[in-house]
Amino acid sequence: MTRKSICQGTMLTRGLKRKCSEDEAPAGPLQRQSLLDMSLAKLQLCHMLAEPNLCRSVLIANTVRQIQEEMTQDGSWSLPGPQTAGRLPRDHLVSTEVLCRSAWAGPAPAPDPADLASALQAVPATQVPRAVPGGPWDRAVPGESQGGFPRSLDQVFGTLESHGPGAVEELLSDVGGSYCDLDAVLTGVVGGAKSGPEGLETFASVAAPPRGTSCKADLGELDHVVEILVET
Amino acid sequence: MVLQPAERHRGDWSHRRLGPWCSPTGSPAPLSCETGCGEGTWILVCRLLVPTQVSLLSMEEDIDTRKINNSFLRDHSYATEADIISTVEFNHTGELLATGDKGGRVVIFQREQESKNQVHRRGEYNVYSTFQSHEPEFDYLKSLEIEEKINKIRWLPQQNAAYFLLSTNDKTVKLWKVSERDKRPEGYNLKDEEGRLRDPATITTLRVPVLRPMDLMVEATPRRVFANAHTYHINSISVNSDYETYMSADDLRINLWNFEITNQSFNIVDIKPANMEELTEVITAAEFHPHHCNTFVYSSSKGTIRLCDMRASALCDRHTKFFEEPEDPSNRSFFSEIISSISDVKFSHSGRCIMTRDYLTVKVWDLNMENRPVETYQVHDYLRSKLCSLYENDCIFDKFECVWNGSDSVIMTGSYNNFFRMFDRNTKRDVTLEASRENSKPRAILKPRKVCVGGKRRKDEISVDSLDFSKKILHTAWHPSENIIAVAATNNLYIFQDKVN
Repeated sequence: MTRKSICQGTMLTRGLKRKCSEDEAPAGPLQRQSLLDMSLAKLQLCHMLAEPNLCRSVLIANTVRQIQEEMTQDGSWSLPGPQTAGRLPRDHLVSTEVLCRSAWAGPAPAPDPADLASALQAVPATQVPRAVPGGPWDRAVPGESQGGFPRSLDQVFGTLESHGPGAVEELLSDVGGSYCDLDAVLTGVVGGAKSGPEGLETFASVAAPPRGTSCKADLGELDHVVEILVET
Repeated sequence: MVLQPAERHRGDWSHRRLGPWCSPTGSPAPLSCETGCGEGTWILVCRLLVPTQVSLLSMEEDIDTRKINNSFLRDHSYATEADIISTVEFNHTGELLATGDKGGRVVIFQREQESKNQVHRRGEYNVYSTFQSHEPEFDYLKSLEIEEKINKIRWLPQQNAAYFLLSTNDKTVKLWKVSERDKRPEGYNLKDEEGRLRDPATITTLRVPVLRPMDLMVEATPRRVFANAHTYHINSISVNSDYETYMSADDLRINLWNFEITNQSFNIVDIKPANMEELTEVITAAEFHPHHCNTFVYSSSKGTIRLCDMRASALCDRHTKFFEEPEDPSNRSFFSEIISSISDVKFSHSGRCIMTRDYLTVKVWDLNMENRPVETYQVHDYLRSKLCSLYENDCIFDKFECVWNGSDSVIMTGSYNNFFRMFDRNTKRDVTLEASRENSKPRAILKPRKVCVGGKRRKDEISVDSLDFSKKILHTAWHPSENIIAVAATNNLYIFQDKVN
C-alpha cells in the first residue's frame, strides 16, 4: 500500500474533526479561509510530482477562484484603488497562472510563440503592481516590470542573486513547465535546466516573456496570498 | 422504461434478446429474472492476482505455489505499486479479458472452455498472455518522466486468428498483436535440430520441412506505435465502428488515427485556449458511437458532454449536441464543480444513450434530450457531507469508471471500501457488493452490503466513517453478452458470475 493510500484510508477521520466538523453546506468565513489555504497548498504541492495532473490542477484553481470571488463579493478582502463596480471581480481575481505559478504545474503557460511576440513589445502593465519585495512571490514573479522584456531579465537575475543557487534551480525548473507546448519548447525554453552559470546563460538566451505582465492581481491580494504561502 | 430489441449490427450479441439476468445459454434463469439485482445472485468465479515481479518471489515465498495458471493464487502480501491494475477490458466475444497495470504490463486472461468433465470450471479465466506494453520513458526536452502506467486498453474486433488490442499510457498508443503458435517447422536443410548451421557440403539430400505440433505458445508483438501526438496526458482511446480508425484523447485535444499510419494523426478537437491562463475546463473522456463512425462524444471537467459529427467540419470544436444538467441551487457548494467533473462516458450498446459518471452519481442521457439526463443514480450520496475531507485527502479527484451490461439494462460502477454498485434500469433496484478477500472462497455467494448513514447501525451494516478510502474500485468490466463481471481492486482481479441454477 502506498503511503498516499494509507493516508487516504485514515485521514478522513482526522480531517473530519479538524476542518469539516459540520456539514459543508454553510461555509463560514473561517472554513472558506481554510479551504483556500488547503487549495493553495495543493497547488504548491503539484510541482513535487513528476508531471502533475492537469485536470486536478484546473479543478483546484477553479475552486480557488470561486472562493476568491465570494470573498471579494463579501468584502472580506480589502481592495486598494478606485473600484469600478461590475468590472471588479474578474480583474482583481488571481489568474490561474498566478495561482499555479509557484507550482508551475497547473495551467500555467510556458511561453507560446504568440506570447513571446507580445512580450517583446512594451506591455503596459496598468493592472500590475510592483512586485512585492521579498517573500516567495519575488522568485515566482520575476517579470513584473513596468517596461518590456530586457528589464524583466534584470529583475530575474537580481532575484536569483539574492536568493542563491537553490532559487536558480527552482526558477529554472519553473521555466520548463510541465505543459509547454512543443512549439514553445522548440523556441528555446529549456525545461528543467540545471543550476549554475550555464543555466543562467540558457535562460538569458531565451525570449521568455515576463510572466507577471498578464497577472491581474492587485497588491492587496498578493499580500494576502503571500501571507498564506509563508505560513504554509 | 421499455427496452427495444437491440439493433442488428456487427457484434455477435445483438441478435439475441437478452433479459437482464440470462444464463449463458440464453434462456432466462427463473430466479434471477424475478429478483433482478436482488440478493444472492452473484457468485465469485475466481480471484486472480496480477503476476508480480520475480524479485518479490524470492522474499520467503515458495515459488512452487505461484502457479500462475491456477485460478486461485495464494494471497501475496508484497504487492507493489506496479501491480495496481489500471484498466480492465473484455474483448468483443468475452473470451478474453485484458488488464493493464501501473508497471506498464498487460495481462490477458482467457476463459476456460466448457468441458463435460468439469462443467463447474466453466467461466473461470486463466492467464493467456503477459507482456510488457510500455516502459518508463524520460522526456529529455522537459526533464520529466513519462509514466508507463497503462491508462486504457481497447480491443479490436477479431478479423482473423490473431487478436489485436490498443494499449496506451500518458503519451503513446500501441497496437499489439496476440497470436498463438502451436506448430513449428522441423526438418530444415541448412540447420540441424538444435539450430546449428550445417555445412552445405555435407548435405546430400533435400527434404521439405514439416509442421509438427508443439506446446501452445502465445506471443504478443507490437505492430504499430503511435507516438508524439499528445502534449498532455492521454485519458481515452476509442476504436471506431469502421475498424479503420480510432481516436485518442488527452486533456485538451482529441486526435483521429488510421491504424495503418503511425506518423500522422488528425486533430479533431482542440480546446486549448490561446492564453493558457484562461483554461478552466479539460477533456476527461471520449468515445466513438458504436454504430455511426462519424459521431463521437467527449466529456469535460465541468460536467458537460459534447456530441460531435466529423462530417460537419474537420475540426470539431463546434458540437452538434451539448448535454448539461442545470445545477441544483440547493446543493451548491465550493465542491460543486469538482464533483460534477465527469470521470467516464460510455455509449450504450444500442447507441441511443450515453452514461456518465461523476463523483457521486451515474447518469443516463438520451441522445435526443440535451437539457437533462433521463436517469440519475446515487452511487454513494452519503459522501456528500464529507466532501471537504475527501478534498483534503484527494479522494474527490478519484476517477471512477462505469459500464453497461450487454443488454443495456444494468449499469455498474465502483465505490470505496472495495464496494461496487449495480443499478437495474428496469426494476430501479440497486445492490452494493464487495470485492474482498474474505469472500474469496470459490463459488461463494456475494452478500449485498449496506452503508449506514446515521442513527443506529444494524449488525451487517458499515458506517460511513469506517469506510476504507484507500480501497477503491475504479475499473470494472462487463462481459458483452453474459452476466460475468470483472472487478479490479488494487492488484486483485475478481471475476463474478450470475448464479445459474
